Amino acid sequence: MKIVLWSTSIKANSQWLIAVSRIQNNMENKAITTDKLTKRFGDFIAVNEISFEVDKGEIFGFLGANGAGKTTAMRMLIGLSKPTAGKASVAGFDVYQQTEKIKKSIGYMSQKFSLYEDLSVQENIDLFGSIYGLQKNILKQKSQQLLSNLKLEDDKNKLVQSLPLGWKQKLAFSIAIIHNPQIVFLDEPTGGVDPITRRQFWDMIYAASANGITIFVTTHYMDEAEYCNRVSIMVDGKIEALDSPNNLKKKFEAKSMDEVFQQLARKAKRADG
Amino acid sequence: MAKSYQLKMKQFKEFVRKEFYHILRDRRSLLLLLAMPIVLMIIFGFAISNEIKNNSLAVYDMAKDQASQKIIEAFKASKYFNISYNIYSEDEIEKMFRQNKAALVIVIPSQFNSNLIATNKAAIQIIADASDPNTATSLINYATSIITEYQSSLNQQANIPYQIQTETRMLYNPELKSAYTFVPGVMGLILMLISAMMTSVAIVREKELGTMEVLLVSPLNPVLIVIAKAIPYFLIGVINVLTIIALSVFAMGLPVEGNFFLLLAESMLFIISCLSLGLLISTMAQSQQVALLISLLVLMLPTMLLSGFIFPVENMPKVLQWISNIVPATWYILMIKAIMLKGLGFASVWKENLVLIGMTIFFLAVSIKRFNIRLD
Repeated sequence: MKIVLWSTSIKANSQWLIAVSRIQNNMENKAITTDKLTKRFGDFIAVNEISFEVDKGEIFGFLGANGAGKTTAMRMLIGLSKPTAGKASVAGFDVYQQTEKIKKSIGYMSQKFSLYEDLSVQENIDLFGSIYGLQKNILKQKSQQLLSNLKLEDDKNKLVQSLPLGWKQKLAFSIAIIHNPQIVFLDEPTGGVDPITRRQFWDMIYAASANGITIFVTTHYMDEAEYCNRVSIMVDGKIEALDSPNNLKKKFEAKSMDEVFQQLARKAKRADG
Repeated sequence: MAKSYQLKMKQFKEFVRKEFYHILRDRRSLLLLLAMPIVLMIIFGFAISNEIKNNSLAVYDMAKDQASQKIIEAFKASKYFNISYNIYSEDEIEKMFRQNKAALVIVIPSQFNSNLIATNKAAIQIIADASDPNTATSLINYATSIITEYQSSLNQQANIPYQIQTETRMLYNPELKSAYTFVPGVMGLILMLISAMMTSVAIVREKELGTMEVLLVSPLNPVLIVIAKAIPYFLIGVINVLTIIALSVFAMGLPVEGNFFLLLAESMLFIISCLSLGLLISTMAQSQQVALLISLLVLMLPTMLLSGFIFPVENMPKVLQWISNIVPATWYILMIKAIMLKGLGFASVWKENLVLIGMTIFFLAVSIKRFNIRLD
């Protein structure tokens, strides 16, 4: 009796150990994990028990119609909003307890254009560089590299408001990853930009991904969804599909991501908006 | 530890620098902020003056004797009146008012001097246009004081014993200059406008532009964001206080009776409470227009109407007096009047100090609470 009890306790213990090591393993390979993450506003369930994982270095597309809850979900991940229930970790840190550590490990580019228009290119770089705690010499080196990548060396003292929108977006993205974050969150980064600039923008995303930065991107453009390694599609606060674009197209017998999206979004009960 | 502190300082310095760029590059707004006190001082000091100078006066002198001439001389010498017309019949009196030729008519009856000498009593009629009662009252007061003065000069010559004279002294403001009442009021109004309105608009602008979200996602401490935003407006507020004091001392001849540094310190306290009020407004408003509107309705109107700036608090109905007590500017204006005009020290304004500090803490506490709710 006693021995049996002892052995079961060992068993439980080892299971627990395995579970722990699995979590650690996950944390090492996963940039983001969520488990039944939920956000309620009163009776309204904006995000309903979503669970997904994003691998390190992956380009993860987070799709959904307006009002599907993707912005709310993203806000919980970047520490702007406290989840109502569920678990989530970003860059290995808990979204409830370690938001400060998360903030240091991520970059963010908001839906609205998010640089200061009345500051010059260089001043914007210096501002965000020092907000993210870059040392002076590193900042200088990074900013030179950034300017030469964007071919903005001659325009570095121009006010940002004088740049064309496409350039602003590229600059905003470059600044969002100036501190080499583990993950960068892009909230509809290419809104209102012409197709050529969008293509160039995606080249920059690929380059960042090649450097090991995980990309978490929301978008409305279904052609952009094709560029992602994997996409999730949210409908009415739930994740209805999650796979690589090719697998999704096969599963839904669709020619394009747009068709996949149409099939899923048609089921939505929530009003668009 | 020291290193992280250094990094924090650098973060903060860079952020404050950015706030200065915002303000310095918006030349028009900057000019407005710095010129506003000057413009308001000019408007209140010269245009909306309680003193009414150079009024046209018509004289109907039926006596034409020594005494009547003396009185007319006295009116001529006064800065309040210009003798524009001499009239010769009663019918003309009304004509003067109807055609707006005179604001005041004095009628000196015949036999004025002989009556005065024989019976020690003589009457003068002063007629004012009371369609504007405030002006009429002031003009009659001016005229009466000129005549009383003449009368007392006669009495001195006559050397009558047991003469009882009433002597009125206007304490702290002997010449009843309106600058004494409006300078503290303008200071309160300007600081309220610039500190509270401009900070609330500046913070809400970042919300509107979406940059606030980026800052909140960054490792920057939200409290630092707010402090950095407040610093330039604090400085502009101090510059405004100095401008107003300089204008009132050098251009309006209104001395600072009390301690200048106490005056400055109290103004800084008031600026800080206005800044915290601005912060509170920014947590309620989602757009710059809304912030501006709340500032105007909640701050500017009560500051102008209920703080004792234009209307004396004592004359208000009880309900308005209560409201006046929760207007921060009321307490600031009380302090400034005490220090600037009466020359009183800290001992007599500590109560107002406590009230302002209490209000500031309240505004800050509520804003921090609302700020956190907003993040949820």
